Amino acid sequence: MTAETTITDISMAEHGTSLWQDAWVRLCKNRMALFGLAVLSLFVIVALLTPWIAPYSYETQDLQLGAAPPSAQHWLGTDIFGRDLLTQIMYGGRISLAVGFVATAVALLIGVTWGAIAGYAGGRVDAVMMRLVDILYALPFMIFIVLLMVVFGRNLLLLFLAIGAVEWLTMARIMRGQIQGLRQQEFVEAAVSLGLPPSTIIRRHLIPNALGPIIVYTTLTIPNVMLLEAFLSFLGLGIQPPQTSWGLLISYGAETMEEFPWLLIFPGAALTLTLFALNFLGDGLRDALDVRSSKD
Amino acid sequence: MWRFISIRLLQAIPVILAVITVTFFLVRVAPGGPFDSEKAVIPEVKAALEAQYRLDLPLYQQYVAYLGDLAQGELGPSFKYPGRSVNELIGAGLPVTAELGLYALFVALCLGGVAGVIAALKPNTPQDYIPMSAAMIGICMPTFLLGPLLVLLFGIHLDWLPVSGWGDIPGDKILPSFTLGAAYAAYIARLGRAGMLEVMSQDYIRTARAKGLPQWQVVIKHALRGGMIPVVSFLGPAFAGLLAGSFVVETIFQIPGLGRFYVQAAFNRDYTMILGTTVFLSTLIVLFNLLSDILAAWMNPRLRAQYGSD
Repeated sequence: MTAETTITDISMAEHGTSLWQDAWVRLCKNRMALFGLAVLSLFVIVALLTPWIAPYSYETQDLQLGAAPPSAQHWLGTDIFGRDLLTQIMYGGRISLAVGFVATAVALLIGVTWGAIAGYAGGRVDAVMMRLVDILYALPFMIFIVLLMVVFGRNLLLLFLAIGAVEWLTMARIMRGQIQGLRQQEFVEAAVSLGLPPSTIIRRHLIPNALGPIIVYTTLTIPNVMLLEAFLSFLGLGIQPPQTSWGLLISYGAETMEEFPWLLIFPGAALTLTLFALNFLGDGLRDALDVRSSKD
Repeated sequence: MWRFISIRLLQAIPVILAVITVTFFLVRVAPGGPFDSEKAVIPEVKAALEAQYRLDLPLYQQYVAYLGDLAQGELGPSFKYPGRSVNELIGAGLPVTAELGLYALFVALCLGGVAGVIAALKPNTPQDYIPMSAAMIGICMPTFLLGPLLVLLFGIHLDWLPVSGWGDIPGDKILPSFTLGAAYAAYIARLGRAGMLEVMSQDYIRTARAKGLPQWQVVIKHALRGGMIPVVSFLGPAFAGLLAGSFVVETIFQIPGLGRFYVQAAFNRDYTMILGTTVFLSTLIVLFNLLSDILAAWMNPRLRAQYGSD
């Protein structure tokens, strides 16, 4: 009986808080970060459920109504074709968020793999791989993306790839730095002496330990990507009708803002709020996970 | 120092060559020849046109010839508007864009620099939170949203400032410059704050304080130089961003600058125009990155010593 209690006591005492629990507690103390997380979750849920919860269908027009200010029927008003603005913003948000997440995932995949291999291999392989990253870093990618969209036409898949191809560079640098620090440590040595292949060591031991900075940087990359998409769509080089995105809605809104200011203000608010949420969450995560100098 | 500059210059050359090569071949593999759209061009005319633009040569010869042209500063003709060349376009647009960019940079440095320093002097007080919250708004508010909103407020609602043009009516340069500069002011404020915070905790600042210097002299004479190094390194990448921002701002405010021409060329699918402008803008960006790196190194005594001693 006593022995049992002692064992439970010990196991209770030894049950410390892990890095992630620590980070979560710290994140919960940061109100702005929690606010960001809440807004973001709400927007993501709405985006996922849009086809079922949108108040009107995407194509419904009411040409007689035309552009009407916010009312009980149309909470955020209607555009010049009498389409419900709230519905437009919900469908636009699907695309904007999808571009943000998918393009960041592409960047993450390339960047983490590249950085991990370079950092683990070291020596000449590392030098060559990172030199390439340096050269690509100096290329003016904003202009290249415009060029790509012009040359190959404006399609969504290319947009994902083009933006992802730009954003992986910093990810690779961060990952390499992390791996270089980690691979000197004993547990990696142990894994090597156990005869594990490098791919397993990288996947099982190195990447999980470098996750903190990667998560922080990912959170801060998503808003950049969303801005890039909106920038292209605003110029007419990104998302094309009949699809829509927040950038495209802002671009339409800017054309008619004199008469119908709500067409500019509501999509703009949706985009700004999302970017706010992501930036606050990213900053909060950086503090919670105690990641120093996350860039470069 | 000279060694640092020459190393960085040598590094820039392959980058610029890569830009030229990638752009050239990307444009050449674009689906559809430039003269396919004209309905029923007589074969002889088409051949003559292709010969004029050297499209009849094999690809590698076109590339070599293009490099030769570039070496002489010739950026190529326009496909869509015969007789106009990229050089003319840049000659017309560059001064306008350069002026806009300069004003925007001025706005950004003044607003951002002052806000960053003020925030860093009393961290974690309202004097810190207020400018930094404003900076967060500046970062999250994209140029293409801020521009129309400013037009709506100051141009239409209050009717204080003209809403379009460049140099036609007095005051029409204010809104575009501010719109373009705002986002960079926000970044500079954050970088400046971080840089100043780090410097203010250094020993040499304590020494300056111990000498009995007043606060403003400590800040301006001793801290500012070190604290602004991150801002100066940011100016290179900021230049690329300013150019991209000028695409948007010049479109919104109908300013006849390089950015607007570039977007128009993109819409017209004027491939040679795009090629020439891309090469020009990219080279400019690479050079500005180089310049800001050199400037930052020159401001940083540690880096200077590292390259100066050997």
